[in-house]
Amino acid sequence: MGIRFILMVNKQGQTRLAQYYEYLTLEERRALEGEIVRKCLARNEQQCSFVEHRTYKIVYRRYASLFFLVGVDNEENELAILEFIHLLVETMDRHFGNVCELDIMFHLEKAHFMLEEMVMNGCIVETSKANILTPIQLMDKAS
Amino acid sequence: MNPFSSGTRLRDMIRAIRASKTAAEERAVVRKECAAIRAAISDNDHDYRHRNLAKLMFIHMLGYPTHFGQMECLKLIASPGFPEKRIGYLGLMLLLDERQEVLMLVTNSIKQDLNHTNQYIVGLALCALGNIGSAEMARDLAPEVERLLKFRDPNIRKKAALCSIRIIKKVPDLAENFIHAAASLLSEKHHGVLITGVQLCIDLCKISTEALEHFRKKCTDGLVKLMRDLANSPYAPEYDISGITDPFLQIRLLRLLRSLGKDDADASDTMNDILAQVATKTESNKNAGNAILYECVAAIMSVEDNGGLRVLAINILGRFLSNRDNNIRYVALNMLMKALAVDSQAVQRHRTTILECVKDSDPSIRKRAVELVYLLVNESNVKPMTKELIEYLEASDPEFRGDLTAKICSIVEKFSPEKIWYIDQMLKVLSEAGNDVKDEAWHSLIVVITNASNLHGYAVRSLYRSVQAAGEQETLVRVAIWCIGEYGDMLVNNAGRLDIEEPLTVTESDAVDVLETSFKSHSFDLTTRAMCLIALLKLSSRFPTCSQRINDIIVQYKGSFVLELQQRAIEFNSIIARHQNIRPSLVERMPVLDEATHSGRKAGSVPAAVSTSQGVSVNLPNGVAKPSAAPLVDLLDLSSDDVPAPSSSGGDFLQDLLGVDLVPVSSQSGTNQAQVSGTNVLLDLLSIGTPSANSSPSTIQASPSNVDTKSPMDLLDRLSSPSAPSVQVSTTAGSSPMLDLLNGFPSSSPIAVTEGNGLAYPSIVAFESSSLKLTFNFSKQPENPQTTLIEASFTNKSGEVLTNFIFQAAVPKFLQLHLDPASGNMLPANSSGSIMQKLKLTNSQHGKKSLVMRIRIAYKVNNKDVLEEGQVNNFPREL
Repeated sequence: MGIRFILMVNKQGQTRLAQYYEYLTLEERRALEGEIVRKCLARNEQQCSFVEHRTYKIVYRRYASLFFLVGVDNEENELAILEFIHLLVETMDRHFGNVCELDIMFHLEKAHFMLEEMVMNGCIVETSKANILTPIQLMDKAS
Repeated sequence: MNPFSSGTRLRDMIRAIRASKTAAEERAVVRKECAAIRAAISDNDHDYRHRNLAKLMFIHMLGYPTHFGQMECLKLIASPGFPEKRIGYLGLMLLLDERQEVLMLVTNSIKQDLNHTNQYIVGLALCALGNIGSAEMARDLAPEVERLLKFRDPNIRKKAALCSIRIIKKVPDLAENFIHAAASLLSEKHHGVLITGVQLCIDLCKISTEALEHFRKKCTDGLVKLMRDLANSPYAPEYDISGITDPFLQIRLLRLLRSLGKDDADASDTMNDILAQVATKTESNKNAGNAILYECVAAIMSVEDNGGLRVLAINILGRFLSNRDNNIRYVALNMLMKALAVDSQAVQRHRTTILECVKDSDPSIRKRAVELVYLLVNESNVKPMTKELIEYLEASDPEFRGDLTAKICSIVEKFSPEKIWYIDQMLKVLSEAGNDVKDEAWHSLIVVITNASNLHGYAVRSLYRSVQAAGEQETLVRVAIWCIGEYGDMLVNNAGRLDIEEPLTVTESDAVDVLETSFKSHSFDLTTRAMCLIALLKLSSRFPTCSQRINDIIVQYKGSFVLELQQRAIEFNSIIARHQNIRPSLVERMPVLDEATHSGRKAGSVPAAVSTSQGVSVNLPNGVAKPSAAPLVDLLDLSSDDVPAPSSSGGDFLQDLLGVDLVPVSSQSGTNQAQVSGTNVLLDLLSIGTPSANSSPSTIQASPSNVDTKSPMDLLDRLSSPSAPSVQVSTTAGSSPMLDLLNGFPSSSPIAVTEGNGLAYPSIVAFESSSLKLTFNFSKQPENPQTTLIEASFTNKSGEVLTNFIFQAAVPKFLQLHLDPASGNMLPANSSGSIMQKLKLTNSQHGKKSLVMRIRIAYKVNNKDVLEEGQVNNFPREL
């Protein structure tokens, strides 16, 4: 299992989406998010997209005001995770049309549904945007 | 009713939270909402249940407690409609806090949904089971998941595959049920099924060798073909990422091939061509391509040796390393570390580039580079590498210094070609970053200095110079204080001057000045100041002319509020003022500190650090107990007299584990007890207590008539026993017991002696796991049937190097265990080397009970901590 958590954080450091694939208590989560966000947000554009923190390796990527942070274990292919973040953003773009922080905030459950179609138990399930979005579109149609 | 159409109030809540200007405002909003939701829950409100849950998920994300919503999830999951179930399952996955009873309650709902006619509901249940399933759920629901692996819709099959991973990880016994189903997933067309199927195979291989063999035989060809088709496939719009078809799937495939090819020549042979093709043909101007190349290199490094491929892989890494993109450089450094085990020559070629990376502005890259440099250093390149690193130390930023200094200290200690070079380098590090240096490092430096008798003068003079230039670096000052105390006379009279040294004129009062300024400095801690006091006492004897001045300094601290300083000041003042006759022998130079003991203690301190972090108080062998003065006590080998009373049974295990003998010393040492309490006075006072055999020769000759036959092992036992008699320091003690103590050591260790005439017993394999093998060889002294000497030998069967290797053992009360330091802490891969460690077991119930031992082995592999535990029951009965 490679992916241990996925976070979306705005540039003020506020968490906008958090999905963990291993159990952490509330306090641990708050502490971890605080530490990681502080570390990653302090880095500049030229520096690489990987940060080592505790036993995690954090692969992050910034899109406008939103940071996507993925915590992986040591065995994971960092470059592939970087590519995966991009796929996630493209998928959200296709659904929301140029996704922004507010889309995720106000449609938190939908963002989670998309993530659920892409990652399960820390592994990638699906890489085709059409396949990922089909169930979500079906649900939208039904409502 | 759809949960998403009634989002107005959810929206309102989010708006209110966004509008909050302060954390307190946000908390108030959340508190109000939570109260409303709790009220709705207790009213059993149906209409807004889903909306309340959506709100709770938002509140949970912000980091507030939401446990009260868990039961609402269960109710939603149990409701018939898809939208309710959808949000119920999502809530379950997010809000669950591992409470087993909630999971138990949901198992039945999941089971029903796995058999639902609506495939989307089946998908939901699979997803939930895959994300949060417990071992019990895995057992209960495994048959359903197995069946779903053959479901008509591929979107269900892919989720069932990942669900299977959760199941086999929770219950490894179930792995074999999934082998055939997993293999059949590999021949599918749907990419989602393929990527999850491949992942399932990877995890099965990790758990079951049977699975690994099966896939190796049956699937290698198919996987190679699949990989080839992907690599050569024409443009596939749905899976295309910058011109490459589904890089994610390719990467997973390479990962599975890597598992299959590892340690298997045939499988490796089958995949050679495709690995070569991927390595040469993949586009490297986009991230996706580089990700594949990176994975391909990892595969090449793991599969069986093929010279041509290795060259290709190393060349790719070389290209990565010189890439302008920092991400690529980072992964190159990461992979070079793995390549080092395979082909260190090739990695050495990139040494200069790697050294450049140590100076990079990006901390992530620096960290990787330093780790790699650390592994690259060997006897032949240690001098230039250290020079580079120390030069860089001056420019490095503060948060990186700790890491870097630790690495430099470790490098110079490990590979120093000569002692003078080691001392020089350490002084540079201490002067530059003394405040970042770990205690072990400066302790080692002192040990090395005491052992280099021809360099005492050189060391103390260099230290004197360094302190003048960098007096604010505390550890530098400590080493200087210690050396001035011991070798102050050589500082003044320039004894043992080397040709390379510049002449230095230091008066006695200059030397005392250094001590006095450090002593009175407020920036230094208690340890440093206590060390100053001891050094001053020593100088009072070495520099008779300064004796009065020193006494004046000491007297000022007789009223110190710090107990440690006050006690020392009073005692030392009394020695100077009233015991002129014994003072010279009291402040003799320290006996040479034994290097082997010191390194053994360093190894022993690692588990102690681990266990203290768990909040358990333990004492190390040789009794380090005072937290503030601990480094000093440790260094000077004080048999500290405030060791805590033996802890209750709970702590016993840990103490045993550390090899601390809690039980008072057994019969063999009884003869010494009387003398021992007498000598303790001096032990405490003078801090002479190293169990080393080769004590100071100058004192040994003093009183040969007092030689007795006690063994140093006994002394060690006694020192490590918290129940050793504690004696208050008294200044009236005569000097002969001290000499007695020093003379008491035979010059060789008893284990070495007894090995020759020990009885032979069959060796046993005490412990064996997938990566480790531990064998015990036994011997016994015929005259001492209770005691068994064990020689433990560890070998590493895995393909990875194991580092930071620590062996710990615990025995029941009727046994006493003594562990000698291990021969090393690094185990090379593929059984190509071993670590030896000697154990001594004394069985107080010899003949009635047989030996038993619990063991724990900790090590790092690929920088990951691994802990293995086991029990040894198969000792030969006659032991």
